[in-house]
Amino acid sequence: MAETATKQRTVKFIITRRERPEAAPYTEEFEIPYRPNMNVISALMEIQRNPVKADGAKTTPVVWESNCLEEVCGACSMVINGKPRQACSALVDKLEQPIRLEPMSTFPVVRDLVINRERMFQALKKVKAWIPIDGTYDLGPGPRMAESKRQWAYELSKCMTCGVCLEACPNVNDRNSFIGPAAISQVRLFNAHPTGEMNAHERLEALMDEGGIEGCGNSQNCVRSCPKGIPLTTSIAAINKDTTKHLFKKWLGM
Amino acid sequence: MSGNSYLPRKLHSLLGVIPLGLFFIEHALTNYAAFEGGQQGFVDAVHGIHKLPLVFFLELFIIWLPILFHGVYGLYIAYQSNYNTGRFSYGRNWAFALQRITGVITFIFVFWHVWNTRVQVALGNTTYEELGNHMNGIVSNPVYFVIYFIAVIAAVFHFSNGLWAFLVSWGITVGPRAQRISSNICMGIFVIVSVLFLLSLFAFRSDEFASAAAAFSPVMFG
Ligand code: SF4
Ligand code: FES
Repeated sequence: MAETATKQRTVKFIITRRERPEAAPYTEEFEIPYRPNMNVISALMEIQRNPVKADGAKTTPVVWESNCLEEVCGACSMVINGKPRQACSALVDKLEQPIRLEPMSTFPVVRDLVINRERMFQALKKVKAWIPIDGTYDLGPGPRMAESKRQWAYELSKCMTCGVCLEACPNVNDRNSFIGPAAISQVRLFNAHPTGEMNAHERLEALMDEGGIEGCGNSQNCVRSCPKGIPLTTSIAAINKDTTKHLFKKWLGM
Repeated sequence: MSGNSYLPRKLHSLLGVIPLGLFFIEHALTNYAAFEGGQQGFVDAVHGIHKLPLVFFLELFIIWLPILFHGVYGLYIAYQSNYNTGRFSYGRNWAFALQRITGVITFIFVFWHVWNTRVQVALGNTTYEELGNHMNGIVSNPVYFVIYFIAVIAAVFHFSNGLWAFLVSWGITVGPRAQRISSNICMGIFVIVSVLFLLSLFAFRSDEFASAAAAFSPVMFG
Protein backbone atom coordinates (compact mmCIF):
# COMPACT_ATOMS: atom_id res chain seq x y z
CA MET A 1 0.00 0.00 0.00
CA ALA A 2 1.04 3.55 -0.71
CA GLU A 3 0.06 4.84 2.70
CA THR A 4 3.50 4.29 4.19
CA ALA A 5 4.86 6.85 1.78
CA THR A 6 2.30 9.53 2.58
CA LYS A 7 2.70 12.02 5.38
CA GLN A 8 0.99 11.00 8.57
CA ARG A 9 -2.52 12.36 8.87
CA THR A 10 -2.91 14.98 11.59
CA VAL A 11 -5.70 16.82 13.34
CA LYS A 12 -5.56 20.56 13.83
CA PHE A 13 -6.79 22.25 17.01
CA ILE A 14 -7.10 25.91 17.95
CA ILE A 15 -7.53 26.14 21.71
CA THR A 16 -8.46 29.20 23.75
CA ARG A 17 -6.36 29.16 26.89
CA ARG A 18 -5.85 31.25 29.98
CA GLU A 19 -3.54 30.70 32.90
CA ARG A 20 -5.52 32.09 35.77
CA PRO A 21 -9.15 33.18 36.21
CA GLU A 22 -8.28 36.88 35.78
CA ALA A 23 -5.64 36.39 33.08
CA ALA A 24 -6.30 37.44 29.50
CA PRO A 25 -7.25 34.60 27.15
CA TYR A 26 -5.06 33.68 24.16
CA THR A 27 -5.16 30.93 21.56
CA GLU A 28 -2.67 28.23 20.71
CA GLU A 29 -2.61 25.90 17.73
CA PHE A 30 -1.83 22.22 17.90
CA GLU A 31 -1.40 19.58 15.26
CA ILE A 32 -1.57 16.07 16.59
CA PRO A 33 -1.35 12.66 14.92
CA TYR A 34 -4.66 11.27 13.79
CA ARG A 35 -5.92 8.00 15.19
CA PRO A 36 -9.18 6.35 14.11
CA ASN A 37 -12.22 7.00 16.33
CA MET A 38 -10.50 9.64 18.43
CA ASN A 39 -12.60 12.16 20.33
CA VAL A 40 -11.75 15.59 21.69
CA ILE A 41 -10.73 14.16 25.07
CA SER A 42 -8.29 11.67 23.56
CA ALA A 43 -6.85 14.51 21.49
CA LEU A 44 -6.40 16.58 24.66
CA MET A 45 -4.69 13.59 26.27
CA GLU A 46 -2.30 13.50 23.35
CA ILE A 47 -1.53 17.20 23.89
CA GLN A 48 -1.01 16.51 27.59
CA ARG A 49 1.44 13.72 26.75
CA ASN A 50 3.33 15.84 24.28
CA PRO A 51 2.64 19.56 24.88
CA VAL A 52 4.11 20.94 21.68
CA LYS A 53 2.37 23.56 19.57
CA ALA A 54 1.87 23.32 15.81
CA ASP A 55 4.90 25.58 15.27
CA GLY A 56 7.09 23.14 17.24
CA ALA A 57 7.47 25.30 20.34
CA LYS A 58 6.96 23.67 23.72
CA THR A 59 4.07 24.85 25.87
CA THR A 60 2.25 23.90 29.06
CA PRO A 61 -0.26 21.06 28.74
CA VAL A 62 -3.85 22.20 28.15
CA VAL A 63 -6.00 21.72 31.23
CA TRP A 64 -9.51 20.26 30.98
CA GLU A 65 -11.97 18.29 33.10
CA SER A 66 -13.59 14.94 32.45
CA ASN A 67 -14.88 11.95 34.38
CA CYS A 68 -17.32 9.48 32.92
CA LEU A 69 -16.24 9.68 29.26
CA GLU A 70 -19.72 8.61 28.24
CA GLU A 71 -21.73 11.83 28.35
CA VAL A 72 -23.40 11.31 31.70
CA CYS A 73 -21.39 13.44 34.15
CA GLY A 74 -21.32 16.76 32.31
CA ALA A 75 -17.80 17.64 33.49
CA CYS A 76 -16.19 17.91 30.06
CA SER A 77 -18.54 20.55 28.60
CA MET A 78 -16.81 23.12 26.44
CA VAL A 79 -17.44 25.15 23.32
CA ILE A 80 -16.43 23.04 20.33
CA ASN A 81 -16.54 24.76 16.95
CA GLY A 82 -18.81 27.41 18.39
CA LYS A 83 -21.33 25.12 20.05
CA PRO A 84 -21.32 24.11 23.71
CA ARG A 85 -21.25 20.32 24.10
CA GLN A 86 -19.41 17.44 25.76
CA ALA A 87 -15.84 16.85 24.64
CA CYS A 88 -16.03 13.11 25.36
CA SER A 89 -18.81 12.55 22.86
CA ALA A 90 -17.37 14.93 20.25
CA LEU A 91 -15.84 12.62 17.66
CA VAL A 92 -13.01 14.11 15.68
CA ASP A 93 -14.19 12.38 12.50
CA LYS A 94 -17.43 14.29 12.69
CA LEU A 95 -15.90 17.72 13.34
CA GLU A 96 -14.85 20.32 10.85
CA GLN A 97 -11.14 21.19 11.08
CA PRO A 98 -9.39 23.09 12.54
CA ILE A 99 -11.29 22.14 15.65
CA ARG A 100 -11.78 25.16 17.89
CA LEU A 101 -12.00 24.57 21.63
CA GLU A 102 -13.05 27.31 24.03
CA PRO A 103 -14.18 27.26 27.66
CA MET A 104 -17.88 27.90 28.35
CA SER A 105 -17.25 31.48 29.40
CA THR A 106 -20.74 32.03 30.79
CA PHE A 107 -19.15 30.39 33.83
CA PRO A 108 -16.04 31.61 35.64
CA VAL A 109 -13.03 30.13 33.84
CA VAL A 110 -10.61 28.46 36.25
CA ARG A 111 -7.91 27.66 33.73
CA ASP A 112 -7.84 26.84 30.01
CA LEU A 113 -10.97 24.75 29.40
CA VAL A 114 -11.85 24.22 33.06
CA ILE A 115 -14.85 26.18 34.30
CA ASN A 116 -16.59 26.49 37.64
CA ARG A 117 -20.21 25.32 37.52
CA GLU A 118 -20.83 26.26 41.15
CA ARG A 119 -23.79 28.51 40.26
CA MET A 120 -25.68 25.49 38.95
CA PHE A 121 -25.24 23.58 42.19
CA GLN A 122 -26.23 26.67 44.17
CA ALA A 123 -29.31 26.92 41.97
CA LEU A 124 -30.27 23.32 42.78
CA LYS A 125 -29.92 24.11 46.48
CA LYS A 126 -31.94 27.28 46.14
CA VAL A 127 -34.88 25.46 44.56
CA LYS A 128 -34.52 22.46 46.90
CA ALA A 129 -34.09 19.98 44.08
CA TRP A 130 -34.45 16.93 46.31
CA ILE A 131 -37.16 15.02 48.13
CA PRO A 132 -37.05 15.52 51.90
CA ILE A 133 -37.59 12.13 53.53
CA ASP A 134 -34.91 12.17 56.21
CA GLY A 135 -36.20 11.80 59.74
CA THR A 136 -35.89 9.84 62.95
CA TYR A 137 -38.38 7.12 62.08
CA ASP A 138 -39.53 5.17 59.07
CA LEU A 139 -42.18 7.13 57.21
CA GLY A 140 -43.40 4.06 55.35
CA PRO A 141 -43.83 3.78 51.60
CA GLY A 142 -44.73 6.96 49.71
CA PRO A 143 -47.58 7.31 47.23
CA ARG A 144 -47.17 5.57 43.89
CA MET A 145 -46.27 7.46 40.76
CA ALA A 146 -48.39 6.85 37.69
CA GLU A 147 -46.45 5.11 34.94
CA SER A 148 -47.51 7.68 32.35
CA LYS A 149 -46.04 10.43 34.51
CA ARG A 150 -42.92 8.44 35.36
CA GLN A 151 -42.09 8.18 31.69
CA TRP A 152 -41.82 11.92 31.04
CA ALA A 153 -40.36 12.62 34.48
CA TYR A 154 -37.60 10.14 33.70
CA GLU A 155 -36.56 12.27 30.73
CA LEU A 156 -36.12 15.26 33.05
CA SER A 157 -34.04 13.18 35.45
CA LYS A 158 -31.37 12.73 32.78
CA CYS A 159 -29.98 16.22 33.46
CA MET A 160 -26.27 16.02 34.29
CA THR A 161 -25.85 19.69 35.28
CA CYS A 162 -23.49 20.06 32.35
CA GLY A 163 -24.19 23.77 31.84
CA VAL A 164 -24.68 23.66 28.08
CA CYS A 165 -28.16 25.16 28.35
CA LEU A 166 -26.83 28.06 30.43
CA GLU A 167 -24.03 28.68 27.96
CA ALA A 168 -26.53 28.76 25.09
CA CYS A 169 -28.92 31.10 26.90
CA PRO A 170 -28.60 34.82 26.03
CA ASN A 171 -30.11 35.73 29.38
CA VAL A 172 -27.64 33.92 31.61
CA ASN A 173 -25.07 36.67 32.24
CA ASP A 174 -23.94 39.09 34.97
CA ARG A 175 -26.54 41.70 34.09
CA ASN A 176 -29.38 39.23 34.43
CA SER A 177 -30.67 37.39 37.48
CA PHE A 178 -32.06 34.41 35.52
CA ILE A 179 -31.39 31.09 37.27
CA GLY A 180 -31.02 29.23 33.97
CA PRO A 181 -33.07 26.46 32.38
CA ALA A 182 -31.63 23.39 34.14
CA ALA A 183 -32.81 24.18 37.67
CA ILE A 184 -36.30 25.08 36.46
CA SER A 185 -36.62 21.72 34.78
CA GLN A 186 -35.49 20.06 38.02
CA VAL A 187 -38.25 21.85 39.90
CA ARG A 188 -40.71 20.34 37.45
CA LEU A 189 -39.15 16.93 38.03
CA PHE A 190 -39.30 17.07 41.82
CA ASN A 191 -42.74 18.67 41.84
CA ALA A 192 -43.98 15.82 39.66
CA HIS A 193 -42.85 13.24 42.19
CA PRO A 194 -45.72 12.14 44.46
CA THR A 195 -43.66 12.72 47.61
CA GLY A 196 -41.76 15.71 46.26
CA GLU A 197 -45.09 17.31 45.39
CA MET A 198 -45.75 17.82 49.11
CA ASN A 199 -43.13 20.59 49.06
CA ALA A 200 -44.00 21.91 45.62
CA HIS A 201 -44.83 25.39 46.91
CA GLU A 202 -41.35 25.82 48.41
CA ARG A 203 -39.70 25.17 45.05
CA LEU A 204 -42.14 27.44 43.22
CA GLU A 205 -41.56 30.22 45.72
CA ALA A 206 -37.80 29.87 45.29
CA LEU A 207 -38.28 30.39 41.55
CA MET A 208 -40.57 33.38 42.12
CA ASP A 209 -37.85 35.04 44.15
CA GLU A 210 -35.09 37.21 42.65
CA GLY A 211 -32.67 34.99 40.76
CA GLY A 212 -35.43 32.63 39.72
CA ILE A 213 -37.51 32.03 36.60
CA GLU A 214 -38.25 35.72 35.90
CA GLY A 215 -35.36 36.31 33.51
CA CYS A 216 -36.37 33.77 30.87
CA GLY A 217 -36.72 35.59 27.55
CA ASN A 218 -37.91 32.61 25.48
CA SER A 219 -35.00 32.43 23.08
CA GLN A 220 -35.37 28.65 23.33
CA ASN A 221 -31.71 27.99 22.58
CA CYS A 222 -31.59 25.70 25.63
CA VAL A 223 -33.91 23.06 24.25
CA ARG A 224 -31.99 23.05 20.96
CA SER A 225 -28.69 22.59 22.78
CA CYS A 226 -29.35 20.12 25.61
CA PRO A 227 -27.34 16.96 24.89
CA LYS A 228 -29.88 14.89 26.82
CA GLY A 229 -32.81 16.12 24.76
CA ILE A 230 -34.58 17.43 27.85
CA PRO A 231 -37.74 19.38 26.92
CA LEU A 232 -36.50 22.48 28.74
CA THR A 233 -38.88 24.99 27.18
CA THR A 234 -41.83 22.78 28.07
CA SER A 235 -40.53 22.64 31.63
CA ILE A 236 -40.12 26.41 31.76
CA ALA A 237 -43.62 27.05 30.39
CA ALA A 238 -45.09 24.45 32.77
CA ILE A 239 -43.40 26.14 35.71
CA ASN A 240 -44.53 29.54 34.40
CA LYS A 241 -48.03 28.15 34.63
CA ASP A 242 -47.48 26.76 38.13
CA THR A 243 -45.89 29.93 39.47
CA THR A 244 -48.67 32.04 37.94
CA LYS A 245 -51.29 29.84 39.62
CA HIS A 246 -49.35 30.00 42.87
CA LEU A 247 -49.21 33.79 42.65
CA PHE A 248 -52.98 34.09 42.30
CA LYS A 249 -53.62 31.56 45.04
CA LYS A 250 -51.46 33.56 47.38
CA TRP A 251 -53.18 36.83 46.47
CA LEU A 252 -56.56 35.29 47.05
CA GLY A 253 -55.34 33.78 50.31
CA MET A 254 -56.12 30.24 49.23
CA MET B 1 -31.17 46.17 40.27
CA SER B 2 -32.10 44.93 43.72
CA GLY B 3 -35.40 43.50 44.84
CA ASN B 4 -37.48 40.81 43.28
CA SER B 5 -38.07 41.27 39.57
CA TYR B 6 -40.62 38.46 39.26
CA LEU B 7 -43.65 40.75 39.50
CA PRO B 8 -42.32 43.63 37.35
CA ARG B 9 -41.44 41.08 34.66
CA LYS B 10 -44.87 39.52 34.74
CA LEU B 11 -46.52 42.93 34.76
CA HIS B 12 -44.37 44.06 31.85
CA SER B 13 -45.54 41.07 29.85
CA LEU B 14 -49.19 41.58 30.78
CA LEU B 15 -49.25 45.32 30.05
CA GLY B 16 -47.84 44.67 26.60
CA VAL B 17 -51.02 42.76 25.74
CA ILE B 18 -53.58 44.33 28.06
CA PRO B 19 -54.07 47.24 27.59
CA LEU B 20 -51.30 48.18 25.15
CA GLY B 21 -51.89 45.38 22.64
CA LEU B 22 -55.60 46.07 22.62
CA PHE B 23 -55.01 49.77 22.10
CA PHE B 24 -52.58 48.93 19.32
CA ILE B 25 -55.24 46.91 17.47
CA GLU B 26 -57.75 49.68 18.04
CA HIS B 27 -55.23 52.12 16.57
CA ALA B 28 -54.74 49.92 13.52
CA LEU B 29 -58.49 49.81 12.93
CA THR B 30 -58.95 53.56 13.36
CA ASN B 31 -56.19 54.19 10.86
CA TYR B 32 -57.61 51.63 8.52
CA ALA B 33 -60.73 53.78 8.41
CA ALA B 34 -58.58 56.29 6.53
CA PHE B 35 -58.01 53.70 3.83
CA GLU B 36 -61.55 52.41 3.74
CA GLY B 37 -63.60 55.51 4.48
CA GLY B 38 -61.17 58.17 3.35
CA GLN B 39 -61.06 61.58 4.99
CA GLN B 40 -64.55 61.35 6.49
CA GLY B 41 -64.10 57.77 7.66
CA PHE B 42 -60.95 58.67 9.53
CA VAL B 43 -62.42 61.78 11.15
CA ASP B 44 -65.44 59.76 12.27
CA ALA B 45 -63.23 57.04 13.70
CA VAL B 46 -61.05 59.50 15.58
CA HIS B 47 -64.11 61.27 16.91
CA GLY B 48 -65.62 57.97 17.97
CA ILE B 49 -62.67 57.38 20.28
CA HIS B 50 -62.30 60.88 21.60
CA LYS B 51 -65.98 61.12 22.44
CA LEU B 52 -65.57 58.38 25.04
CA PRO B 53 -66.41 59.58 28.54
CA LEU B 54 -63.49 60.35 30.85
CA VAL B 55 -61.21 60.14 27.84
CA PHE B 56 -58.40 61.82 29.77
CA PHE B 57 -58.35 59.09 32.43
CA LEU B 58 -58.76 56.38 29.83
CA GLU B 59 -55.75 57.71 28.00
CA LEU B 60 -53.78 58.04 31.21
CA PHE B 61 -54.44 54.59 32.60
CA ILE B 62 -54.82 52.62 29.39
CA ILE B 63 -52.10 54.26 27.35
CA TRP B 64 -49.69 56.70 28.98
CA LEU B 65 -48.81 54.96 32.24
CA PRO B 66 -48.67 51.41 30.82
CA ILE B 67 -46.57 52.56 27.88
CA LEU B 68 -44.17 54.39 30.18
CA PHE B 69 -43.66 51.36 32.39
CA HIS B 70 -43.54 48.87 29.53
CA GLY B 71 -41.11 51.04 27.58
CA VAL B 72 -38.72 51.97 30.36
CA TYR B 73 -38.67 48.53 31.95
CA GLY B 74 -38.39 47.02 28.48
CA LEU B 75 -35.22 49.01 27.82
CA TYR B 76 -33.81 47.54 31.00
CA ILE B 77 -34.76 44.03 29.85
CA ALA B 78 -33.07 44.62 26.50
CA TYR B 79 -29.96 45.77 28.34
CA GLN B 80 -29.99 42.55 30.40
CA SER B 81 -29.69 40.29 27.36
CA ASN B 82 -26.77 39.04 25.35
CA TYR B 83 -27.25 38.64 21.62
CA ASN B 84 -25.91 35.34 20.32
CA THR B 85 -27.70 34.80 17.02
CA GLY B 86 -24.26 34.41 15.44
CA ARG B 87 -23.60 31.23 17.37
CA PHE B 88 -27.22 30.07 17.62
CA SER B 89 -29.00 31.15 14.48
CA TYR B 90 -32.30 29.49 15.30
CA GLY B 91 -35.57 31.16 14.38
CA ARG B 92 -36.67 31.58 17.98
CA ASN B 93 -33.35 33.09 18.98
CA TRP B 94 -33.67 35.59 16.13
CA ALA B 95 -37.16 36.42 17.32
CA PHE B 96 -35.71 36.92 20.81
CA ALA B 97 -33.12 39.39 19.51
CA LEU B 98 -35.59 41.13 17.19
CA GLN B 99 -38.08 41.46 20.03
CA ARG B 100 -35.56 43.61 21.86
CA ILE B 101 -34.37 45.54 18.81
CA THR B 102 -37.91 46.31 17.63
CA GLY B 103 -38.79 47.23 21.21
CA VAL B 104 -36.12 49.91 21.28
CA ILE B 105 -37.15 51.18 17.81
CA THR B 106 -40.79 51.30 18.91
CA PHE B 107 -39.90 53.11 22.14
CA ILE B 108 -38.08 55.90 20.30
CA PHE B 109 -40.68 56.04 17.55
CA VAL B 110 -43.60 56.30 19.95
CA PHE B 111 -42.13 59.39 21.58
CA TRP B 112 -41.62 61.09 18.26
CA HIS B 113 -44.99 59.96 16.92
CA VAL B 114 -46.88 61.13 20.01
CA TRP B 115 -45.01 64.41 19.86
CA ASN B 116 -46.00 65.14 16.29
CA THR B 117 -49.61 63.98 16.59
CA ARG B 118 -51.24 63.91 20.02
CA VAL B 119 -49.06 66.63 21.53
CA GLN B 120 -49.63 68.91 18.54
CA VAL B 121 -53.37 68.53 19.10
CA ALA B 122 -52.90 69.35 22.77
CA LEU B 123 -50.80 72.40 21.87
CA GLY B 124 -53.51 73.58 19.48
CA ASN B 125 -51.30 73.31 16.41
CA THR B 126 -53.77 70.94 14.82
CA THR B 127 -57.16 69.44 15.64
CA TYR B 128 -58.64 65.97 15.51
CA GLU B 129 -60.55 67.03 12.37
CA GLU B 130 -57.32 68.02 10.66
CA LEU B 131 -55.30 65.08 11.92
CA GLY B 132 -55.57 63.29 8.58
CA ASN B 133 -54.19 66.31 6.73
CA HIS B 134 -51.59 66.68 9.40
CA MET B 135 -50.50 63.07 8.83
CA ASN B 136 -50.42 63.76 5.11
CA GLY B 137 -47.98 66.57 5.82
CA ILE B 138 -45.71 64.22 7.70
CA VAL B 139 -45.74 61.15 5.49
CA SER B 140 -45.42 63.18 2.29
CA ASN B 141 -41.88 63.80 3.39
CA PRO B 142 -39.98 60.76 2.04
CA VAL B 143 -37.65 60.51 5.03
CA TYR B 144 -40.49 60.60 7.53
CA PHE B 145 -42.43 58.16 5.41
CA VAL B 146 -39.57 55.65 5.49
CA ILE B 147 -39.23 56.12 9.25
CA TYR B 148 -42.94 55.50 9.69
CA PHE B 149 -42.81 52.50 7.38
CA ILE B 150 -39.97 50.82 9.27
CA ALA B 151 -41.21 51.77 12.72
CA VAL B 152 -44.70 50.51 12.03
CA ILE B 153 -43.41 47.12 10.93
CA ALA B 154 -41.11 47.00 13.95
CA ALA B 155 -43.95 47.87 16.30
CA VAL B 156 -46.25 45.26 14.77
CA PHE B 157 -43.54 42.60 15.06
CA HIS B 158 -42.92 43.57 18.66
CA PHE B 159 -46.62 43.25 19.41
CA SER B 160 -47.16 39.95 17.59
CA ASN B 161 -44.05 38.22 18.88
CA GLY B 162 -44.66 39.70 22.32
CA LEU B 163 -48.09 38.12 22.29
CA TRP B 164 -46.46 34.75 21.61
CA ALA B 165 -44.03 35.28 24.49
CA PHE B 166 -46.82 36.43 26.79
CA LEU B 167 -48.64 33.14 26.20
CA VAL B 168 -45.48 31.25 27.23
CA SER B 169 -44.53 33.50 30.15
CA TRP B 170 -47.95 33.24 31.71
CA GLY B 171 -47.99 29.48 31.20
CA ILE B 172 -50.85 29.42 28.70
CA THR B 173 -49.03 27.66 25.85
CA VAL B 174 -46.92 24.95 27.46
CA GLY B 175 -46.05 22.14 25.04
CA PRO B 176 -44.15 22.49 21.76
CA ARG B 177 -47.30 21.90 19.73
CA ALA B 178 -49.21 24.68 21.47
CA GLN B 179 -46.24 27.00 21.06
CA ARG B 180 -45.89 26.18 17.38
CA ILE B 181 -49.55 26.81 16.69
CA SER B 182 -49.54 30.07 18.64
CA SER B 183 -46.40 31.07 16.75
CA ASN B 184 -48.20 30.58 13.44
CA ILE B 185 -51.20 32.53 14.67
CA CYS B 186 -49.00 35.37 15.92
CA MET B 187 -47.18 35.57 12.60
CA GLY B 188 -50.60 35.72 10.92
CA ILE B 189 -51.47 38.62 13.20
CA PHE B 190 -48.16 40.24 12.26
CA VAL B 191 -49.04 40.13 8.58
CA ILE B 192 -52.63 41.29 8.98
CA VAL B 193 -51.93 44.18 11.35
CA SER B 194 -48.93 45.27 9.26
CA VAL B 195 -51.16 45.43 6.21
CA LEU B 196 -53.77 47.47 8.08
CA PHE B 197 -51.21 50.02 9.19
CA LEU B 198 -49.39 50.20 5.88
CA LEU B 199 -52.60 50.66 3.91
CA SER B 200 -53.47 53.60 6.14
CA LEU B 201 -49.96 54.96 5.76
CA PHE B 202 -50.36 54.93 1.98
CA ALA B 203 -53.85 56.36 2.30
CA PHE B 204 -52.49 59.33 4.28
CA ARG B 205 -50.14 60.03 1.38
CA SER B 206 -53.01 60.25 -1.08
CA ASP B 207 -54.40 63.54 -2.45
CA GLU B 208 -57.54 63.17 -0.42
CA PHE B 209 -55.67 64.03 2.76
CA ALA B 210 -53.49 66.61 1.08
CA SER B 211 -56.07 69.42 1.08
CA ALA B 212 -55.23 71.44 4.16
CA ALA B 213 -51.74 70.11 4.46
CA ALA B 214 -50.05 72.75 2.36
CA ALA B 215 -50.32 75.23 5.17
CA PHE B 216 -48.72 72.86 7.58
CA SER B 217 -45.07 72.09 8.04
CA PRO B 218 -44.47 69.22 10.42
CA VAL B 219 -43.28 70.21 13.84
CA MET B 220 -40.30 68.09 14.74
CA PHE B 221 -37.95 67.94 17.66
CA GLY B 222 -35.91 71.05 18.15
S1 SF4 C 1 -30.73 20.51 31.06
FE1 SF4 C 1 -29.46 19.53 29.47
S2 SF4 C 1 -28.05 21.15 28.84
FE2 SF4 C 1 -28.93 21.83 30.78
S3 SF4 C 1 -27.51 21.16 32.33
FE3 SF4 C 1 -29.04 19.52 32.14
S4 SF4 C 1 -28.20 18.11 30.63
FE4 SF4 C 1 -26.99 19.97 30.47
S1 FES D 1 -16.60 13.13 30.72
FE1 FES D 1 -18.57 12.92 31.58
S2 FES D 1 -19.78 13.92 30.10
FE2 FES D 1 -17.84 13.93 29.17
